[in-house]
Amino acid sequence: MTATARRPQAPQHRRPPRRGRTLREQEGRAGLALISPTLIITLVVVVLPLLWAIMLAFQDARLINIRRVGVFGHYTLENFTYVMSEPGFWSSLVNTLVYTVAGTALSIAIGLVTALALRDRFRGRTLVRASILIPYVAPVVAVAFLWETMLNPQYGIVNTWLSEPIAFLTQARGEFLGLQVPVALLTVIAFEAWRYFPFAFLFILARLQALPAELDEAAVVDGATPTQRFRYVIMPQLWRIIALLSVLRFVFTFTKFDDVYLLTGGGAGTEVVSVRVYNFLTSRDDIGASAAQAIVLAVFLVVFLVIYLRFFAGGERDDQR
Amino acid sequence: MTRDRFERGLLRVLRPLVIAFLFLITAFPFFYMVMLSVRDIQELILEPGSLWPRSFTLDTYVNVLTRQGFLTFLGNSAIIAVSSVAVTLLISIPGAYAVARLRFFGRRQVHFLFLAVYLFPAIVLAIPLFVLFTMIGLRGSLIGLILVYIAQTVPVTVYMLRNYFETVPQSVEEAAAIDGCTRLSTIWRVVLPLSKPALMATGLYAFMIAWNEFLFALLFLVERRESWTVSLGLSQLAGSIEIPTTVLMAGSVVLTLPIVIVFFASERLLTEGLTAGAEKG
Repeated sequence: MTATARRPQAPQHRRPPRRGRTLREQEGRAGLALISPTLIITLVVVVLPLLWAIMLAFQDARLINIRRVGVFGHYTLENFTYVMSEPGFWSSLVNTLVYTVAGTALSIAIGLVTALALRDRFRGRTLVRASILIPYVAPVVAVAFLWETMLNPQYGIVNTWLSEPIAFLTQARGEFLGLQVPVALLTVIAFEAWRYFPFAFLFILARLQALPAELDEAAVVDGATPTQRFRYVIMPQLWRIIALLSVLRFVFTFTKFDDVYLLTGGGAGTEVVSVRVYNFLTSRDDIGASAAQAIVLAVFLVVFLVIYLRFFAGGERDDQR
Repeated sequence: MTRDRFERGLLRVLRPLVIAFLFLITAFPFFYMVMLSVRDIQELILEPGSLWPRSFTLDTYVNVLTRQGFLTFLGNSAIIAVSSVAVTLLISIPGAYAVARLRFFGRRQVHFLFLAVYLFPAIVLAIPLFVLFTMIGLRGSLIGLILVYIAQTVPVTVYMLRNYFETVPQSVEEAAAIDGCTRLSTIWRVVLPLSKPALMATGLYAFMIAWNEFLFALLFLVERRESWTVSLGLSQLAGSIEIPTTVLMAGSVVLTLPIVIVFFASERLLTEGLTAGAEKG
């Protein structure tokens, strides 16, 4: 608006703007032109499919009749009622939640310990650091297969160290120190923590190295012990990055498919919702039910996120510039 | 003994132990992977506990690369990864520049959209894309897969690049404009040469995603063996009894090695790009 009003006074440009557009208008157009490839591809491959997924969830869509299911097909809630009353749905949701919370917490905790341990220089730090990053960088298929082989009851190395072999990935329940434990679920959680602690480590280390050294030094001068320094000097400055990591890891783990699918195929009490979605899609050819489950999963995710932001992110606003 | 001295002493002992433990749990599995890939399957069954093979063999690699078709799979993975990187950069450079420098209608919304796409669950997208690709017959073709990877990486790469472009001094660009550069040639001649580290980092990120991805490869390519990626090939062959585990371990090494090499060749750049990009999000 203001730019248009000022136009008569604007200094004469060497090359006069075509059709009398202002610089500001030109900038806006250039911006839109430059961003449009990005927008188009996200629109075509992400946003439109999402809308379509929602539509499919409300229709009786199977791979056989998919061509007849149109935009104006008849919409129904059947998929949702069917999916939610189907045995195994709620337990898979509980599995997903346990897997996500435990996996997220463990990977961040181990990442924090790692970052603190590797903060100061020592001989061989580069080597250790490189080694720590490999689980995160290596393709999931390779590491899942590697774990499967290591944990194999017949020839896996881990079982040769144990007094009696444990079928880590195919046994739903087992006894440990007189307690009933979900063996396979704990194994996939351990895998998750192992694979993603480097991610937490990278972020926390980056933050640690950006901390001003003076604070820590002042605390040393004041006679603070290492745990006191950790508690009162270092941790308060790490909360923000830990909160961010919790959100990121939670979101990614909650809807994760490949790790559990590759390790157990969803068997032995490890079925998570995303694996169910995949099975409904490919082995049952039931697109509608599969989409409905995916949508339910996404809705739960959004609900958790909103709760989280309500309760934990409120206090942060003041220290954001 | 004061609390301070006790804690310091304890930490002095604990810290190397923790580091040794971390090194063990990360390095050992990969050591095991390599050791298994160079031994004979009979030997493994007889002595599953031994780590050092009695005799080394490379037959496993010959087998996995030629008989099991991993050479073809490697080719497919390379085509997919390289084209994803190229197109991702081509698309995200102008996009990132626009977000960093130009005021345009909807700039804030774009920001939110990208964050949403970054956090968006792939399993939800998998369904409509699976249906769509089945309908238009793109299943089994690599192009569809490349498209998906581009869409998944572009929001993040725009973000990473934008952060870097903002550090390029605006005065340099203005000088170029006065010298008669158009907007595009300013980007090409001034901004990009100054942003090499960021370009490397984003390219690598796109490469990692495309090389390691599994779900979409499984959904789109599983029916056509000749278009399998290495990841898909390994996962499909891992279930069969005919192929010895040692041969598949060789396949795992073949799958893991390229990405690890690429990563460590440029680790610092990549981690800086990633952590800087995400922290501000």
